[in-house]
Amino acid sequence: MVLLECPNCGARNVAEFRYGGELKPRPAQPMAGSEESWVDFVFMKQNKLGLQAEWWYHRAGCGIWFMAERHTKSNQVVKTYRWQPAEKAS
Amino acid sequence: MSFKLISQALNRNQPPPRMWRQHPLKDRYDVVIIGGGAHGLACAYYLAKEHGITDVAILEKRYIGAGGSGRNTTILRSNYLTPEGVRFYDESLRLYHQMALEFDYNVMFSKRGHLTLAHSDGAVRTMRRRAEVNRLQGVDSRLIWPEQLKALCPPLDVSENPRHPIQAALFHPPGGVIRHDAVVWGYAHHADRMGAEIHQLTEVSGIRVEKGKVSGVETNRGYIKAGTVLNATAGWCSTISEMAGVKLPVTTFPLQACVTEPLKPFLDVIIVSGSLHVYISQSDRGELVMGASVDPFASYSMRGSLGFTEGLAGHMLELFPSLANARLMRQWAGLCDMTPDYSPIMGFTPVDGFLVDVGWGTYGFKATPSSGKRMAELIATNKTPELIHPFRLSRFYEHDLVGEKGAASVSN
Ligand SMILES: Cc1cc2nc3c(=O)[nH]c(=O)nc-3n(C[C@H](O)[C@H](O)[C@H](O)COP(=O)(O)OP(=O)(O)OC[C@H]3O[C@@H](n4cnc5c(N)ncnc54)[C@H](O)[C@@H]3O)c2cc1C
Ligand SMILES: [Zn+2]
Repeated sequence: MVLLECPNCGARNVAEFRYGGELKPRPAQPMAGSEESWVDFVFMKQNKLGLQAEWWYHRAGCGIWFMAERHTKSNQVVKTYRWQPAEKAS
Repeated sequence: MSFKLISQALNRNQPPPRMWRQHPLKDRYDVVIIGGGAHGLACAYYLAKEHGITDVAILEKRYIGAGGSGRNTTILRSNYLTPEGVRFYDESLRLYHQMALEFDYNVMFSKRGHLTLAHSDGAVRTMRRRAEVNRLQGVDSRLIWPEQLKALCPPLDVSENPRHPIQAALFHPPGGVIRHDAVVWGYAHHADRMGAEIHQLTEVSGIRVEKGKVSGVETNRGYIKAGTVLNATAGWCSTISEMAGVKLPVTTFPLQACVTEPLKPFLDVIIVSGSLHVYISQSDRGELVMGASVDPFASYSMRGSLGFTEGLAGHMLELFPSLANARLMRQWAGLCDMTPDYSPIMGFTPVDGFLVDVGWGTYGFKATPSSGKRMAELIATNKTPELIHPFRLSRFYEHDLVGEKGAASVSN
């Protein structure tokens, strides 16, 4: 991967961006969840070999955080998009 | 040795002895080790040698040493930041010192002296702390100043000219380098001779768990029943643990390294710069072996990148201006299983009989003998040895992390 498509700025050198890690579902009810579910959220990773939804930050550009779907073996980026909150969290 | 080589080269009828044998795959083993890297092989070696457990299969999807064990830059040291880390890595370093004798095989261990450079007040403070922690554990480690550094390593630029002048260094005389392939082959050879079976081109694709206990593994060569299954797959460990339904706090990052053309001997110490994120040593063949920190994003790809070479060269020239005309010969990458606290994960998991020896990140080669010895002890006794208790998986749920960032983030 040499270029990454920022939803604002278009294709830019990947060196302009900072990787922000895999997308993880946040505990829906912060106060209600168990301590263990917080440990899982903070530390545990899927670390997927395959297509992964992940965060990127356009550090040397417009400064937004956005999502990419990337294959973690070939590094091919399938798409990038603005993050949308999921349907009302249950 | 060389006469043996010549006689065998001339004698066409006598095939050379194999380092390890091939076996038909059985349908059951007491212990199945997934991953034929140095860690998996060392565990098989110690299971046989110290506990008489030889019904053991090592399953490797490619060839032994295909992972980080055949790709690392072989720096061995024990000057870590936490007492737990120092004690563990020091046992490992001691075992490395006696390895050639134990194997009756030249592993080319070379004690060089390891120097970690500090370019800021903050870094000097961390070094001071590391030196004290190290000394309390009986490890030779001390802070030295630029003049002493210049005497130990004349080509190093210790002047005020670079962008980040060198202020001090942590000196660790027992640090050294070794031939990584020889370590892999030595463990393989002896594990094989004592009865363990090495199965290359054998890929694990599933793990069966019944009532919370592991019962066997699926492979491209069929199903194998197992009493105990050890995940020793480093960069791929999340894929294996997922098969058993075990969560791990691991992210896989590529780490790159490179070597120059062979040069006349000019560097007999190991130099690491934490702030510049580069390190260098000279191999016995004269090549300069160099590396940096992990790639900027998680990936299972092992391709080199121009960004790495460019960044490394820039920083290296700040340290060694005389290398300006040295030519790079090769560049490669391996996968590193990074953990949140830069410490490994060894021991039991919530699935009975499914064990892990993972999270070796950019620093696991030096840990090979000790992790093999202690994981074998854990398997044989079904108890966690005290030395590796701090590195259990449950530490994350018990809020008892072993923060090694200050000492382990510089990728060796
Ligand atoms: C460039 C680089 C430089 C490094 N430098 C240093 C250093 O100077 N000092 C140091 O201490 N450490 C260093 N390291 C780290 C060190 O190399 C590793 O931590 C260590 O080698 C891990 O050994 P291992 O046996 O656990 O795993 P590996 O050697 O990675 O072995 C894991 C094996 O598992 C196999 N496998 C994966 N999936 C499957 C499957 N499904 N079925 C069967 N087999 C499978 C793989 O093919 C692989 O052979 C470096 C790493 C790299 C990449
Ligand atoms: Zn942008």
